Amino acid sequence: MFRYLALRALSLGLSLVVASWVIFAMIELVPGDPASFMLGLNAEPDTVAALREELGLSGSAPTRYLNWVSGMVTGDFGRSYTYRVEVSELVWERMQVSLPLALFALILSTTIAIPVGMLAASRRGGIADYGIMGATQLGIAVPNFWFAMLLVLIFSIQLRWFSAGGFPGWDQGFWPGVKALTLPAVALALPQASILSRVMRSSLLEVLHQDYIRTARAKGLSMGQATRRHALRNALIPVLTILGLQFSFLLAGAIIIENVFFLPGLGRLIFQAITQRDLIVVESVVMLLVFAVILVTFLVDLAYALVDPRLRRRP
Amino acid sequence: MTRLPPQLWLGAALTAVFLAAALLSFLWVPHDPNALNIAAKLRAPSTTHWLGTDHFGRDLVSMLMVGARTSMAVALIAVGIGIGIGVPLGLAAAARRGSWLDELIMRGNDLIFAFPSLVIAILITAIFGPSATNAILAIGIFNIPVFARVARGSALTIWTQDFILAARVAGKGAARINVEHILPNITNLLIVQGTIQFSLGILAEAGLSYVGLGAQPPTPSWGRMLADAQTMIYTEPRLAMVPGLTIVLMVLGLNLMGDGLRDMLDPRLRRLREGAA
Repeated sequence: MFRYLALRALSLGLSLVVASWVIFAMIELVPGDPASFMLGLNAEPDTVAALREELGLSGSAPTRYLNWVSGMVTGDFGRSYTYRVEVSELVWERMQVSLPLALFALILSTTIAIPVGMLAASRRGGIADYGIMGATQLGIAVPNFWFAMLLVLIFSIQLRWFSAGGFPGWDQGFWPGVKALTLPAVALALPQASILSRVMRSSLLEVLHQDYIRTARAKGLSMGQATRRHALRNALIPVLTILGLQFSFLLAGAIIIENVFFLPGLGRLIFQAITQRDLIVVESVVMLLVFAVILVTFLVDLAYALVDPRLRRRP
Repeated sequence: MTRLPPQLWLGAALTAVFLAAALLSFLWVPHDPNALNIAAKLRAPSTTHWLGTDHFGRDLVSMLMVGARTSMAVALIAVGIGIGIGVPLGLAAAARRGSWLDELIMRGNDLIFAFPSLVIAILITAIFGPSATNAILAIGIFNIPVFARVARGSALTIWTQDFILAARVAGKGAARINVEHILPNITNLLIVQGTIQFSLGILAEAGLSYVGLGAQPPTPSWGRMLADAQTMIYTEPRLAMVPGLTIVLMVLGLNLMGDGLRDMLDPRLRRLREGAA
């Protein structure tokens, strides 16, 4: 178990280091000088020089890389040029929207997908199965930002149950915040739930054909009992894999969905930063997102070990 | 002759309609998709404008037809990048299983997977500016590890077979075995995966151009039609429904075709696809 953990942690660290090289190198690739890029064509040379100094652009590339990385490790992400505040402050503020949104969507899609997948598997070949498979096929084909527009059209414009966008802030209370995130989370969860139900269904079907299920049935367990006691845990392994992969899709999706609902999250921040050429913000937010994805992959690996004891012994 | 799966027929028919529309748009469109005609703005569907006009009086059918071209070109080239780079990498990794090369290629794959695709697109746009080419690049990069994995995974099982051993005894090198024996045996899988990535590419292109990172005006694109429609959704929901449903039908067609092809070419692959979705 310790060896497994140590190897996973080592690969987590290595991935982060390489990812930081890639991001740093890509930002270095930005044609021309970032300072003059930010200030525009008509900037005075001394203004540009002053900004270069302020942004910490005067050193050599390795020095700047080390400064950036050591800054991030200590929580100092640098200072946003356009917002005139610490990037860490900006990120923290925006994360209070993006993170709950992604989690909300993840919870929604999992709580929908697992029972739906189980239902389809238990009614294999029946009307419910066909209905679910058809609906999920459609769910996968619907672009989530368009689905978001439909939700706005129905629930905000026609029924007036939810607001069409914006976020009141958590200081207005828990429920107003949750309410504002409901439609975006549903929009994000739809394609994920569709994929996840299909995975759940096929994985459960596979497991139900195993010999140990037949043995359990022969011992006198009902299908439901055998499923709950023996099949479910094993069927959840592929579901976990997909769940881990989906986190990265959820983050990417959130970037677009935040734009549909005008939510002040990381996605909106990154877009505003790009249009304003605020490269420090872009660099740090991208690194943070990649960090989140790598960390989730790591956690999924750990979860495997919990679900499947065989993995604990394997290196 | 085995019967073709019904979803293959449906999927292929849907895909063919969009492909035909995209190809036809090179020769003929009902109206100029970029011609602004304020006098004819927001017209309901009629015999002159089959799906009506938008808030600038542009004909929706014409915009959709030319947009299909953009969508398909972006997704198709991105699949090409994925196959062109990913498959050789996957085959090389499988041929030297367990070597440092295999390890390097697979860890490189993991690294690309760690970047959410949209984040790659954002980085690329931040650097080179938004355009259809950069959208292709962003989607294509994400396709590389997908194809590398599929190629490696399926090649590994073929490497263990007797006819490969026979080829090695006959003195063939790894590269030649890859081209002559492995590749023909994994083509089916690559076609199925290609269909899936093509449909994901259509969705990704729509998303990117929706947020303004894809094809730039005046090139019509489905995603941007939706972005334009968003401000009008209170008064003219039709403008959002038409391109949205078009995307859904196109993606649905491709997915059905992918499922059907998979069932036709190899029923054993069923699980692989469900797991890889």
